[in-house]
Amino acid sequence: MPQTKALGPLIRRPPGRTKFPVSQLTALILLAFSVAAVHAADDRNPLAGDAKAAKLGEFQFRINCALCHGLGAHGGGRGPDLTRAVKKHSHSDADMFQVISNGIAGTAMPGNGTNGQGVGMTEEEIWQIITYIRSQEVKAPAQPLGNASHGKNLFFGDANCSLCHMVAGKGGRLGPELTTVGGSRTREAIIDSVRNPSRRLAWGLTEATKEFPQEYESVTVVTADGKKIKGVALNEDSFSVQIMDAGEHIHLLEKDKLLSFQKSRESAMPKYDVEVLSDKELEDIVAFLISVGAK
Amino acid sequence: MRGQRNIVSGSTSDLGWRSAFSAANRFPFNGILAALERCATQPLFTALAFLIILPGNISYAQVTFERLVNSAKEPQNWMTYSGDYSGKRFSGLDQINVTNARTMVTKWVYQTGATGKLETTPLVIDGILYATGQDDRAFALDARTGRPIWMYERQIPGDIRPCCGHVNRGLAILGDKVFMGTLDAHVVALDAKTGAVVWDVAAADYRTGHSFTVAPLAVKGLIVIGVSGGEYGVRGFIDAYDADTGERKWRFYTVPGPGEPGHGSWEGDSWKVGGAPAWNTGTYDPATNQIFWPTGNPAPSNRGEGRAGDNLYSNSLLALNADSGKMNWYFQFTKHDEHDWDATQVPVMINTPIEAGARHLIAQANRNGFFYVLDRTSGKLVSANAYGKTTWTDTKDSEGRPVTNKEASPTLEGHTVCPGALGTTNWFPPTYDPQTGLFYVTTRDQCDIFSTAPQPYEAGHAFYGSAYFPSEGTEPYRGFLKAIDPLTGQVKWKFEHTSPTWSGVLSTAGGIVFSGDAEGNFIAFDAAAGKPLWHFQMGGAVYAAPMAFAVDDGKEYVAIAAGSALYAFGLP
Repeated sequence: MPQTKALGPLIRRPPGRTKFPVSQLTALILLAFSVAAVHAADDRNPLAGDAKAAKLGEFQFRINCALCHGLGAHGGGRGPDLTRAVKKHSHSDADMFQVISNGIAGTAMPGNGTNGQGVGMTEEEIWQIITYIRSQEVKAPAQPLGNASHGKNLFFGDANCSLCHMVAGKGGRLGPELTTVGGSRTREAIIDSVRNPSRRLAWGLTEATKEFPQEYESVTVVTADGKKIKGVALNEDSFSVQIMDAGEHIHLLEKDKLLSFQKSRESAMPKYDVEVLSDKELEDIVAFLISVGAK
Repeated sequence: MRGQRNIVSGSTSDLGWRSAFSAANRFPFNGILAALERCATQPLFTALAFLIILPGNISYAQVTFERLVNSAKEPQNWMTYSGDYSGKRFSGLDQINVTNARTMVTKWVYQTGATGKLETTPLVIDGILYATGQDDRAFALDARTGRPIWMYERQIPGDIRPCCGHVNRGLAILGDKVFMGTLDAHVVALDAKTGAVVWDVAAADYRTGHSFTVAPLAVKGLIVIGVSGGEYGVRGFIDAYDADTGERKWRFYTVPGPGEPGHGSWEGDSWKVGGAPAWNTGTYDPATNQIFWPTGNPAPSNRGEGRAGDNLYSNSLLALNADSGKMNWYFQFTKHDEHDWDATQVPVMINTPIEAGARHLIAQANRNGFFYVLDRTSGKLVSANAYGKTTWTDTKDSEGRPVTNKEASPTLEGHTVCPGALGTTNWFPPTYDPQTGLFYVTTRDQCDIFSTAPQPYEAGHAFYGSAYFPSEGTEPYRGFLKAIDPLTGQVKWKFEHTSPTWSGVLSTAGGIVFSGDAEGNFIAFDAAAGKPLWHFQMGGAVYAAPMAFAVDDGKEYVAIAAGSALYAFGLP
């Protein structure tokens, strides 16, 4: 029956509908004893290391998490790689339980059962998922392959990334803001979007009731007075389009007043092949983005 | 029903009387008003009050079964979910036409004040509009002004289990009552004048995943309704309740039990959690006294292992005797479904002209990507033509039904099948315009990756059996409004939306087709050519279908829900 199940998290229920979060219960119990108990029994996954639970967790993961985090938990275009041993929002199993139960405010990560699709997973199912994620983790913390400080120089210098992209308040506005990208995208996803920027266009504006976000599509129009405008779509519907051009000028246009309107899924971002940016240089830029995004 | 209460805003009499009196501006003081309200329980006073109020007010005529059968004679009213029993969603009003549609203006906007999708189709009878909102609200408005007359708010339990939001698609009306199904699996009758609860019966236990989101259908003295819960392994059913008392008159289980025909289409005990919900409104043929009701996916929705067989009567159209609920025939569109292709779209009755053989047909734009036409007397397939991208079938069986390829099943690694789980279309209602002879339906081009993820059945918990998500191909998902010749399946015209939409479609005698989009536009199209004639930006995506009515002796209005509001449009 699902109608918007696949993209349910985009239409979220108010958080009041969540089950009573177990982590809060945990916190109360902890308060009743002492702060020193933080890493005691309550912090433990009762299913830790159980291979059968990990397998069940893998199936739960596919149903509940893989849309954004990928089939093998390696991340995707939408969510971070969960096989990294060091995670931004959760370290202990209890942290992870809390994140899955309640989501992460200010991000696309929804809480269990908050997307209008019933009551969500049981506690046992959540522990199964955590067991599965732990079983997939690459044990050694992944050392960035590149040199972040050289990457920063490239980003704001010769590689021209900052002409269009902003990081930590510095840079251009034409392309997606990249301050958090290193924390929410995999290294592979970042490399792919530099080498093949048109393969998967980045998501831009998300509207509260709309199923799909706007993508960074390229638009070329000719206005009634014959002026050609080329830019990136900030938003679009059947009758209007909002564009930013390379000079960061915003054009608000009604389609029926244009002489021509052309939309392309060829990204406005140039394709950075190895001639333009070596693998080593790209690794440096990735290392820079990851170092900023992990903060 | 433990710990639940049904509440109406204020006490019913309070709301009803106060609004009537203050409108007349006769009793401006609350103290006097309160005293009068206490008096209002006295029969003599009640009679007196009616004498005062009635002049200049709406007369509430009974909505009889005969009126519903002859709804075409009252184009100013919209008395059933689809506008008539045939499911055409066609309005006989022609004041708004291809010439003047470009001048349309907003007449009023009503805000429900709730979040989540608003999927309702309102009813309008004699100047009063009745509709449902999110979280099982219901309300009545002055259809001319959008001002509320009453509101019903239900205290729904915090642990209800709707698969897809706290939605409701609308009411049925019969006599002096309106009827709704609720998210906690109750059927409720409300007084059409006040919104007061007349009866409230539990149809099933919501804690096992049963719910109602569908607009019921009133037939004769019965309120017919189908259950939701295909994602929770419910055993689907269609119920009929006595409109006066709420007594259940019949139940048809969409999954046959032991000893019943069709039971052998389920492996072992899988029938007990077999799904086949019935969550969209059916249609009714008074000539043969048959109800046509569509059913949804077998459970688990995306895994066929463990439920070998055709899994009757999932993804089927059922022809039931309206009086007894006994099945006359069934047609199963997708056998042993593993892709969540519920067949729950409104089945539309179409009659071919006498020169073409005068056949009584029923058509459905199915979620699996094929447009099916059946003979509604026999249930035999007349035609099945693809109207969107399909990759799951290469052959047809001896009846002409597309047959699922073996390799279309979900795999552990996941593989791509078109259409995706959301289907070429979904629940949003289509329209059939007898003037153009075309069937208009909102469609989606999207393929999904289906990947197995077996899970045990656990009462009240999601029971999918596989995962699916949009394929990562470079093709963006596309959404269309398509005009289809139902007899050939040929697409006569199509309009591409900026992105896929969940809007239903309305056609009118003015030669207009109305639909909405995900970007929040409401659009009037030329029904013959598909050209947009007018649009209005409503500020929220559409997850509902439009309808039309008239007020003040013939002023045509068109209404649709968008965002959290209900809009009405008309000529200046």
